[in-house]
Amino acid sequence: MKLMVITAAALVLAMPATAQDLAEPVGSEASVETVEAEASEPGGDEGGLTFTITDESNFDDLGIAIPAFAADRDMPTPANAGGTAALGTEIARVITANLRNNGLFKPTGPDALPRPTYPQITDPVWTTWQSRGAEMLVHGYVRAQADGRLVVGCYLYDMALRDELARSGWVVPPSDWRRAAHKCSDLVYSRLTGEDPFFDSRIAYIAETGPKGNRTKRLAVMDSDGANHRFLTLGGSTALTPKYSPNYRQLLYLSYVDGNPRIYIYDIDSGRQQLVAETGNPTFAPRWSPDGKWILYSMAVNGNTDIYRVSSSGGPSVRLTDAPGIDIGGSYSPDGSRIVFESDRSGSQQIYVMSSNGADQRRLSFFGGRAATPEWSPRGDQIAFTYIPGDFNIAVMSPDGRNFRKLTSAWQDEAPTWSPNGRIIQFFRTERNSGKTAIYQVDLTGENERRLPTPVNASDPAWGPILP
Amino acid sequence: MTLRTTTAILLAGTLALGACKKDAPEDLPPPPIDPNAGSQAPTGPVAPGVGTNEHFVAGVNGQNVILFDTDRYNIDSADAAALQTQAQYLGQYPSVTITIEGHADERGTREYNLALGERRANAAKNYLTSIGVAANRISTVSYGEERPTALASTPEAWGQNRRAVTIVVN
Repeated sequence: MKLMVITAAALVLAMPATAQDLAEPVGSEASVETVEAEASEPGGDEGGLTFTITDESNFDDLGIAIPAFAADRDMPTPANAGGTAALGTEIARVITANLRNNGLFKPTGPDALPRPTYPQITDPVWTTWQSRGAEMLVHGYVRAQADGRLVVGCYLYDMALRDELARSGWVVPPSDWRRAAHKCSDLVYSRLTGEDPFFDSRIAYIAETGPKGNRTKRLAVMDSDGANHRFLTLGGSTALTPKYSPNYRQLLYLSYVDGNPRIYIYDIDSGRQQLVAETGNPTFAPRWSPDGKWILYSMAVNGNTDIYRVSSSGGPSVRLTDAPGIDIGGSYSPDGSRIVFESDRSGSQQIYVMSSNGADQRRLSFFGGRAATPEWSPRGDQIAFTYIPGDFNIAVMSPDGRNFRKLTSAWQDEAPTWSPNGRIIQFFRTERNSGKTAIYQVDLTGENERRLPTPVNASDPAWGPILP
Repeated sequence: MTLRTTTAILLAGTLALGACKKDAPEDLPPPPIDPNAGSQAPTGPVAPGVGTNEHFVAGVNGQNVILFDTDRYNIDSADAAALQTQAQYLGQYPSVTITIEGHADERGTREYNLALGERRANAAKNYLTSIGVAANRISTVSYGEERPTALASTPEAWGQNRRAVTIVVN
């Protein structure tokens, strides 16, 4: 029954409201402390698991029971007006929605299941869950500490083995209770699929309102499941194409705040921003290197656009392309050695690759039609892009240009962004005539296409890495 | 329609900036310059004077907009005729400066369209300078696909949106 007692918490100082069309800063995410959850048996065997799944299609039928997380006693918490017991139900609902929405499992949530008691969390009543056809069982608890913070424990059990497959625990401030639910979702997902986690991550995007001829486009952020939505700009000037820094502390995006398209680097903690490059020329299509040390941007000089690289701490820019066409965008390979980018030097938009210093440029896309907005998977094994044979589709290929696969079919899907584990792609879809936009996601098999819930129209999604 | 929209957005940005000026950090870029200030001249019974966008549009017989083919930015003979008319006006009123807005249709990716709009605006600028207009009288701005003037998703509407619009800014 021992849990680590937590000491210091990072204080985020509130900054005064800033100019530049900026809303109140929201602060970047603090890291969540992982604690040891109670073992069901002291010295219980952590290894030697026999349960493995290699064929993804099997997951569709994998029943997972996710009853309410138990509270040791019902305590008031700012996280839920109903106290920790109600919060335990809500956490199980978030996990259920996560696992269901991504289409890989058949979870049953707390609203259709009996509620386990606190002692049963580490000692499941197998017969209760077996009679419901569950193959996997998620149990958990939530406790309010004296300092108000929440301890959330998460356990995954294999019903056939009647054994524990994984467990972990986290300490979170009440406002971050959803992150504990996402961490638990990640624990279950990773243990069952062998893939890296992705639920505990955030998405930057552009929130769109107003009529097609006079759209308001605001910088916004949300959790990977669409919760915790926040606007970062007020909408007085058009904002486009945000990109989270790898540590979530900064955002690159394009703003017309001075009347011209310019890339700014926005500091999330302070709410301050500055130009990425003082060039006097239009800049667009910002990108981070995987280690956050470099920024790519595209700049038009006398109408000719090329790709440049600048250190994220400032300094001179280096021009990477010099073709007479439009060279734009750029996405680093995970090891930082290569950059895939878009160019119309052949006469139409196509995808090219080069070394990170601009050398050895060569074309990758020969699929007919146009190919644009390439994004290298964080796993390195795929490049997602906008494939334009006529309509606009999301497609993937290997980094050598082979193994083309089209994942979506609609009137206009564009601008793919990868989940942190490289298994899911988000993009935005524009509706013909109305111009309405929405963020969708699809997995690498082309299955499980789904619209993300956003409070208003949404475009330009940029998925950040897994949170610490 | 497009100009009015542009003005409204820029004004909104200016107001927001003004309201928050007290707390503006020191390292922020300079405040926006409203390139449409000229179009704010009072309208009414008095004919718009030199230096207003209305005067310019009337002076070039409405040839303030040139159109482009899909993904193209070349100046065809109709574009050249319009730009020559604009150059004549600028020759007649040497104090007038202009901004050329480059636009794209919605059937392109967003970032590429920003670059394409910039290329179109510069194509118009280069033509004007080639026939004698001083380059320092011409600035450019790309709006990509962000400011459509025709709202349908049809080839006709896209044709109207692939454009370079010359506006007077002083």
